[in-house]
Amino acid sequence: MALPHRGYLGQNAPVSRVNRATAAQSLSVSLTVGAYGIAFGAASVAAGSCLLSLLTFTGASQFAVVGVLGAGGSALSGIATATLLGVRNTLYGLRMAPVLNVRGIKKIFAAQLTIDESTGVALSQEHLGVREARQGFWLTGIGVYIFWNLFTLAGALGAQAMGNPAAWGLDAAVPAAFLGLLWPRLTNKSERLLAVAACALALAMTPYFVPGVPIIATALLAVIFGLRARIWR
Amino acid sequence: MEINLIEPFWLAVIGTSLFAFLLKILGHSIPKKWLSNPRALKINSLIPIALLSALVAVQSFTQDSRIVADQRLAGVGVAVMALILRAPFPVVVISAAATSAALFHIG
Repeated sequence: MALPHRGYLGQNAPVSRVNRATAAQSLSVSLTVGAYGIAFGAASVAAGSCLLSLLTFTGASQFAVVGVLGAGGSALSGIATATLLGVRNTLYGLRMAPVLNVRGIKKIFAAQLTIDESTGVALSQEHLGVREARQGFWLTGIGVYIFWNLFTLAGALGAQAMGNPAAWGLDAAVPAAFLGLLWPRLTNKSERLLAVAACALALAMTPYFVPGVPIIATALLAVIFGLRARIWR
Repeated sequence: MEINLIEPFWLAVIGTSLFAFLLKILGHSIPKKWLSNPRALKINSLIPIALLSALVAVQSFTQDSRIVADQRLAGVGVAVMALILRAPFPVVVISAAATSAALFHIG
């Protein structure tokens, strides 16, 4: 049986290297978002924060549940609020599943790592190819998991010197990072219009709905835009 | 330290984690054929764009269900300028953080 042709010094060997730009993007996002974990670590009792970062691993839900219970809410209302904020991860999973194409134990890990950040980086790398999109997902998912948990631990152990994330500009760095991921992806007019409409709808709903709902509701805009594109084509 | 599951706090921690994972795995478990027609593919590709845009708006403009304009807005505004100037990603993030932090300390 003939061996696959590898060429001189194996240059023709299957390339499995990590794209440097993808790795850099993943690291930037992981560090920025991970650093916010300090604030979460300090937001509740130490063991509670650490357990939530390890198991729940979806920042908005974590802040919500400790917020509700900290304000004297019941376990049920805490779980309900947090769960509502986690619904968008289902929609991210729908988008990422065909890209990742994994099953078994890998699917379990992929699911746990399916969050705003991993999805955002995967989509920002998709124009480079499906391999880069996958690398972006895994590197960012694992990177955020590591940094988010380390910084949660630091915050829980009383790294109060870091104190308020606003003092470090982290409160603006996180939305700026998501914007930076999204911006180059908005390649046509209809996508730009969708982005602006989603911002407007979420802000308009914010004062009247519980947290989580205004963001998920914008999925309806995506449905409308998706159907319209078909009708008008 | 003892973790008592009957206590509301620990019940909430475990319940939140359980539901968070169920929601995540659900998205990965929808049969592929449900998503394979062109309309579903189009919608599926647009949904994260809508959600992440909304996330940026909510993180930049809201505080406890209120619309506010504070140092974050200036930081994100600088990020927009950096993006228009095609600055590299870390520059976008760091310029936003520096602007917001500077205003926080002045304000």
